[in-house]
Amino acid sequence: MTYADIVERYEPVIGLETHVELGTRTKMFCSCPTEFGAEPNTQVCPVCLALPGALPVVNAVAIESTIKIGLALNCSIAEWCRFARKNYFYPDMPKNFQISQYDEPLCFDGYLDVEVDGRTVRIEIERVHMEEDTGKTMHIGGSTGRIQGATESLVDYNRAGIPLIEIVTKPVTGTGAMAPEVAKAYVAELRDVLRGLGVSDVRMEQGSLRCDVNTSLNKPGEEWGTRTETKNVNSLRSVERAVRSEIIRQSGILDDGGKITQETRHFHEDTGQTTSGRSKETATDYRYFPEPDLVPVTPAREWVEEIRAGLPEMPRVRRLRLREAWGLSEHDMQSVLNAGAVDLIEATIVAGASSEGARKWWMGELARRSNETGQELDALGITPQWVAELVSLTDAGKLNDKLARQVVEAGLNGEGTPGEIMAARKLEVVSDTGALLEAIDAAIAANPDVAEKIRGGNQGAAGVLIGAVMKTTGGQADAKTVRGLILEKLK
Amino acid sequence: MSSLIKKTAAELGELIAAGQTSALEVTREHLDQISKVDGRVHAFLHVDVEGALAAAKAVDARRAAGEKLGPLAGVPIAVKDVVTTKGLPTTAGSKILEGWVPPYDATLVERLKDAGTVILGKTNMDEFAMGSSTEYSAYGPTFNPWDLTRIPGGSGGGSSAALAAYEAPLSIGTDTGGSIRQPGAVTGTVGAKPTYGGTSRYGLIAFSSSLDTPGPCARTVLDAALLHEVIAGHDPRDSTSIPAPVSPVVAAARQGMSGDLTGVKLGLVKEFMSAEGAEPGVVAAFHAAVESLTKLGAEIVEISCPNFVYALPTYYLIAPSECSSNLARFDGVRYGLRVGDNGVNSLEEVMSLTREAGFGPEVKRRIMVGTYALSSGYYDAYYGQAQKVRTLITRDFQAAFEKVDALISPTTPFVAFQLGARTADPSSMYLADLYTIPSNLYGGPAISVPCGLSEGLPVGLQVMAPTLADDRMYRVAAALESTIGTLTPPEL
Amino acid sequence: MTAISREEVAHLARLARLAVTDEELDMFAGQLDVILQSVARVGEVAAEDIPPTSHSVPLTNVFRPDEPRPGLTRAAALAGAPDSAEDRFRVPRILDEEE
Repeated sequence: MTYADIVERYEPVIGLETHVELGTRTKMFCSCPTEFGAEPNTQVCPVCLALPGALPVVNAVAIESTIKIGLALNCSIAEWCRFARKNYFYPDMPKNFQISQYDEPLCFDGYLDVEVDGRTVRIEIERVHMEEDTGKTMHIGGSTGRIQGATESLVDYNRAGIPLIEIVTKPVTGTGAMAPEVAKAYVAELRDVLRGLGVSDVRMEQGSLRCDVNTSLNKPGEEWGTRTETKNVNSLRSVERAVRSEIIRQSGILDDGGKITQETRHFHEDTGQTTSGRSKETATDYRYFPEPDLVPVTPAREWVEEIRAGLPEMPRVRRLRLREAWGLSEHDMQSVLNAGAVDLIEATIVAGASSEGARKWWMGELARRSNETGQELDALGITPQWVAELVSLTDAGKLNDKLARQVVEAGLNGEGTPGEIMAARKLEVVSDTGALLEAIDAAIAANPDVAEKIRGGNQGAAGVLIGAVMKTTGGQADAKTVRGLILEKLK
Repeated sequence: MSSLIKKTAAELGELIAAGQTSALEVTREHLDQISKVDGRVHAFLHVDVEGALAAAKAVDARRAAGEKLGPLAGVPIAVKDVVTTKGLPTTAGSKILEGWVPPYDATLVERLKDAGTVILGKTNMDEFAMGSSTEYSAYGPTFNPWDLTRIPGGSGGGSSAALAAYEAPLSIGTDTGGSIRQPGAVTGTVGAKPTYGGTSRYGLIAFSSSLDTPGPCARTVLDAALLHEVIAGHDPRDSTSIPAPVSPVVAAARQGMSGDLTGVKLGLVKEFMSAEGAEPGVVAAFHAAVESLTKLGAEIVEISCPNFVYALPTYYLIAPSECSSNLARFDGVRYGLRVGDNGVNSLEEVMSLTREAGFGPEVKRRIMVGTYALSSGYYDAYYGQAQKVRTLITRDFQAAFEKVDALISPTTPFVAFQLGARTADPSSMYLADLYTIPSNLYGGPAISVPCGLSEGLPVGLQVMAPTLADDRMYRVAAALESTIGTLTPPEL
Repeated sequence: MTAISREEVAHLARLARLAVTDEELDMFAGQLDVILQSVARVGEVAAEDIPPTSHSVPLTNVFRPDEPRPGLTRAAALAGAPDSAEDRFRVPRILDEEE
């Protein structure tokens, strides 16, 4: 059974719950720092260790960041909402309850538009709410480092209490075969939005953006099927694979007349498959109630509007604007995006370069170097101002393509600005016509047969003479100028 | 018995500041009294002899250096064991915290230290402040200095008994449903529950977060006010702490001491007068005190607060619900007791065995009641409904305070009962807080002040005031004290 | 009428992580029944349109600046732990991945 066959017969419904660790300097309810990778249990205090008597106090920046996210996702912002306690026992949660939000989320009823294969899909957002992260547990004694078979576990509470934002979509229907791509595109777009807002470093590999994917199948015209919740989906590619693999697995069960169990499943990067976790039927009663240690949050409308006014341009809007301004095809724009070059090109243009010039260097020599070394483009040591200077030198004819490449090479070695490199290395197009004519005469004298061909109207043969002249001048001539002079001479 | 231990905190502060005695001398005499009587009273769970002597010496050194001392500098104080003290064991009267030494001070303890008071030690209490007799302490009961066969009230029986036994002139209590006021009443001492949010809960081991209020205990109203002023005021570490100045409680107490209540209108809660359960002797002493208040110039009117009769069931839903969540952290992972970790049992089993062994019966009962009341399917009928009734009780108070300046009632329906008299029937114990609970649900301040004796045992009168008007209750209480006088317990 | 059965009490004890004994179950079942019937009196009050009170202080928007402050040293954090290893809190094997 192929995937195409499956999605002919079943309609997938997906839903995504995304957890984002905010990039605040301190935790959600205490003043402990939030650095990633600190020594175990060194970023803890009475509050986040849940010592007897300690009390939470809300981080103001976490509230502001959540409102930013809500506004960027076109949500309404609650005029009044509260935190709630979600009660369940687990050793990575020091209080044995999580401070979260229950029926009163800070942001609700929004949407995010994403592009998939040139089609715009609107993903409805149900809610954006605040909660706190858990500690990290290390399982000892098993063969795999997993919980199964372990004889004991070790807990580090550094992560406990880091602000966590949960973004929940409404069920996404009608995407058919595209469901896996839509899920991926949503998470990618969400990541870009969050990064643009500057509220999180959104690094899936470090767990600052984590995804749970709900999937169900139903036959066309029938009610939605039973859904499964796939956890542990920690890369964009995995989001797509997890949905696809769940669609295939569920269709197999349904085809055999079986029933889907409502359960949590785990995605495994290595196999691309999901395996069964805990059955939701035994799900505990969380006994939510309003958190008595925290008072209600009632963001003033003026504050919300102030935050809205300060929001950066949304990535999708910006992409469309820049693509148009730069005159790129969708494909070329995608390449620029993939290379992470949008900001750099834009800044280079702001610094005075033409869009073609800016794109040529960032997507050419510099992207090549970035690929070779594995460094990000913006970590190469070349600034937009640097590239803008290079472009203006080539546009002015002071550098030809070959010389410009040498300048870039030197720039990557940290030899200074293009101007400084040109001076130091004496790299400049030879514009002294006398010197050039001398070299041209020498080249004609050395290649009489070629000169004859050109005189006979074969202008393509000029390349040989141009090459010879360039050699004589050490590459520092402008090929176009040389060509013009040769053709003039051999007319 | 030495003369220093019978003095009030105000007097001791003045003597120390004037150099007529030293903080060290005062502290030593109180430590002596503790070693003399606490074997019989058992007010203390932990006495910090070294720490107290060092703190006293530091105060004396400051005075010697010419520093001007505050009114309570050098005055000894006992702290209820539910408040964290850095480096000093803190158990909340529970086995589950046996041996735990907090790495931090509660805000109010920081303020006590800043004021130069000398912390003598930690006082006994019902486990996690759940109880009205101190019999639910995991470390054995405290005995009432008036009659060692009787209970000293609870949950803060240790803090009140320490005062009545002259082991300390001041102590800290916490009041969730009456745990400061009811022990004050049955030991013939003064106990004040400030406005909720007026004193910081940071470092107070939570029982019921929306009700818990730390406050002062003393033998006189003025002493309570002096202590109130030290510990009250906004704390940014407690989100429910009120960012407003503390009302002038000391000035109000001094004003009340003049014995003039002209122009003050006091309300008798009608529903409390008809409620069953109040002993005749308590009612008689209360009415005599009302008589005295009238003579001082107060106008007395009867006020109906119809929803007060639901205060007890409301409280016994809200407090257990919050406690079932607050006490979840005691799981044997990060601190305290761990039981059953034998290499075979799972974490879940170890947690359950730890909590089973670490908590006493009353705590378990309340955790289960709270777990039930918060469960899906029961929430609306129990916890949700209780919160609505809480609103109605608050409205009763607000309506009453449009007519009167303060409400008065007996503090508790009965005098100190015999140990063991009410432990078999939990709900009969709950009646002890019948009159004190409404103020906790509303959040306003209330104070218990001795108003006489019944069968030779102390009776307390409660003054309930509007939110943030703590000064008002001190004035009325001090006025009553000025005519009735303080009660003197028998020599131990 | 009983408000709560012995089985329900056992369920509550499991939810609350209390390994209660059989004798306790019998005792608590009776006591909880009395307590729950007594507190059920709040249901007599007509309060449909009454807003619930979760906090007695009328405060809102109590926030703290996002400024790091030193917390506890690792030694202080682990000092009260019943068991620790490799600078972490040690716990026995965990049965399920989540409660």
